[in-house]
Amino acid sequence: MRLTIPLLALVGGLVLAFVAVMTLQRPPAHIEQIGYRGTGMMDVSNPAAIAASFAMNQAPAVLPQNNAGPAAGTIYKNVQVLKNVPAGAFARIMVSMTQWVAPKQGCNYCHVAGNFASDAKYTKRVARRMIQMTIYTNADWKSHVKNVGVTCYTCHRGHNLPKYVWFNGVEPPHATGLMDTETGEARPSLAADGSSLPYDPFSSFLAGNPKGGVNAMINTAGTTALPNGNRMSIQQTNWTYALMMNFATSLGVNCEFCHQSRNFGSWSESTPKRVIAYYGLHMVRGLNNDYMLPLTDTFPHDMLGAGGDVAKIDCSTCHQGVSKPLYGAKMAKAFPYLEGPANLADPNPKSPAASGEANPAMITMTDAPAAATPASAAPAPAPAGQPGK
Amino acid sequence: MPEYQNIFTRVQIRGPLHEGVPAPSGAWGRQGKPFFSYLLGQIGNAQVGPIYLGSLGVASIICFVVAFEIIGLNMWASVNWNPIRFVRDLPWLALEPPAPAYGLSLPPLQHGGWWLLAGLFLTTSLVLWWARIYRRSRQLGIGTHTAWAFASAIWLFLVLGFIRPLLMGSWGEAPPFGIFPHLDWTVSFSLRYGNLYYDPFHMLSIVFLYGSVLLFAMHGATILAVSRFGGEREAEQIVDRGTASERAALFWRWTMGFNATMESIHRWAWWFAVLTTLTGGIGILLTGTVVDNWFLWAVKHHVAPPYPHVYGHVPNPTATTGISTTGAGANQ
Repeated sequence: MRLTIPLLALVGGLVLAFVAVMTLQRPPAHIEQIGYRGTGMMDVSNPAAIAASFAMNQAPAVLPQNNAGPAAGTIYKNVQVLKNVPAGAFARIMVSMTQWVAPKQGCNYCHVAGNFASDAKYTKRVARRMIQMTIYTNADWKSHVKNVGVTCYTCHRGHNLPKYVWFNGVEPPHATGLMDTETGEARPSLAADGSSLPYDPFSSFLAGNPKGGVNAMINTAGTTALPNGNRMSIQQTNWTYALMMNFATSLGVNCEFCHQSRNFGSWSESTPKRVIAYYGLHMVRGLNNDYMLPLTDTFPHDMLGAGGDVAKIDCSTCHQGVSKPLYGAKMAKAFPYLEGPANLADPNPKSPAASGEANPAMITMTDAPAAATPASAAPAPAPAGQPGK
Repeated sequence: MPEYQNIFTRVQIRGPLHEGVPAPSGAWGRQGKPFFSYLLGQIGNAQVGPIYLGSLGVASIICFVVAFEIIGLNMWASVNWNPIRFVRDLPWLALEPPAPAYGLSLPPLQHGGWWLLAGLFLTTSLVLWWARIYRRSRQLGIGTHTAWAFASAIWLFLVLGFIRPLLMGSWGEAPPFGIFPHLDWTVSFSLRYGNLYYDPFHMLSIVFLYGSVLLFAMHGATILAVSRFGGEREAEQIVDRGTASERAALFWRWTMGFNATMESIHRWAWWFAVLTTLTGGIGILLTGTVVDNWFLWAVKHHVAPPYPHVYGHVPNPTATTGISTTGAGANQ
């Protein structure tokens, strides 16, 4: 049989159809108008994807409330954060935390068996700081978490380490010298939805304190019709674009969920959700800067990223592909002591008094030999037997 | 009896292989021994070759190969000379222009110098090829329409990669060489300069682009439809309308009240194609140089209508100081 153009077209068509069937999302696409007519403001969803996501994002059952007993600090040793919480509620939080974070390992994931007061395990020192972070988030970032709030489960979902965290980007192998043209982009970027945009849109925006402020780095678009001294570059816009793609995929939404299709930069024409996202960005920055980064030396080496940096938070850490984490389940409401600082030993969860540092006296109470050294110098070294040490 | 009335060519005309008209004195000889190809005969002339290279053609090809090699080797270097990753990630790889900090200065090779070199050789290659097309047209005694149409495309290429960056004072404004990266650049370009859809010259460019497609379809369909009456002899029908021309004209007068002629339809097509890149280039040239945000420009000139704020008042959180009581606001 002679090779003919119709035959070639037929084969090409079959190949295209095969690729389309194997890679494209199965119809139907549900499109909901979410803005003024004619502006292309719409929410696109797929019933099968929603059903799968719904099944994966269910809040677990919570234990019944129990506020009986004296303050935990009066009957247990070395309770630093939840000191004023009734013993019943304290136990309930501890048991719940075990289910949320270490269901397989149980209490001994954080506690030294037979000596629950000991701070020898790094996991306990991290957990203490994470409780403070949870309370801080619920109490001080209402602008983002609203009345839904967060618990350990919002991020952990039964895993020791939350499934969605980020580490500083490490340059992939590339030539050096005159051929070293690495720019942080132009390779498959998992963080930016598989595009060729920057592969680490996190470290420049979601941690640290960049000079001039992070808002100025993100808002590159012109704010006046005619040139008015805005020197933001197209290349800088690539980084904003990558960050925004990460927002969108983390929340399972498209651009119009927050932005007005005509003018992405305009606040007055945006949907109100953009304001919530704005506070979310700054909340994540705050949590990374004030809670995660200071824990870098508390973690063993093999828990750190390739660059020796601690796991950090981005939108997907809580959201996990859903615009409201756990479809808006108000889990935090069932744990009032995780909601506000009112019952804490120190009302300011970020004050040095509640900094979550290991209690040196409690470090020495462990049986682990390496931890027997006085831990006067912060941070305390992780005891022997811990992974990576 | 062979039939022409089909959506693809079913007839292959094969005469004796021929070299074409004699080349003028002083020109190079034609290269290659002509041969027939059945497959190419399905979509065009079955005879392949000979090709005329000439000094301009050879110089253009050399410059193109240099540019192609600079771009390709840089992409390969960016995956540490790994052949598998090079093939797998090729659509994502790029040779990028210098960072904005370099302005219009000459950066080191690895920080944009390669990009400048590639651009220089690619531009030289295009200009030489343009001169070749112009000279070949002249020597065949035909008009230079092809050369000027090509010049319109080169105009857009030069505006994007050279003229506009020059006016903006930064090579960093230019697009990268790369399949996906240059597409990302177009989106970032639009995001940075406030939605390119509100750029009237971008609007015109789209009109001419889509118009070109429409005209091409209309004209191709018309000629195929009347080819049973000899309608494919368009050039002679310009001066001697036969029944094919008359039927085609009548068809369009009946369906839309007006028809182009065998001559004017080709002028329509030529201008639409040429104006696509001509207006596109103007639209790009104005962006950033005289307009910083096209949407706001369109609002100012009543191009973009105001729409009701259906979400009510949405405050600008960046305008308020201190986004939290615990100092996170200080990080802004």
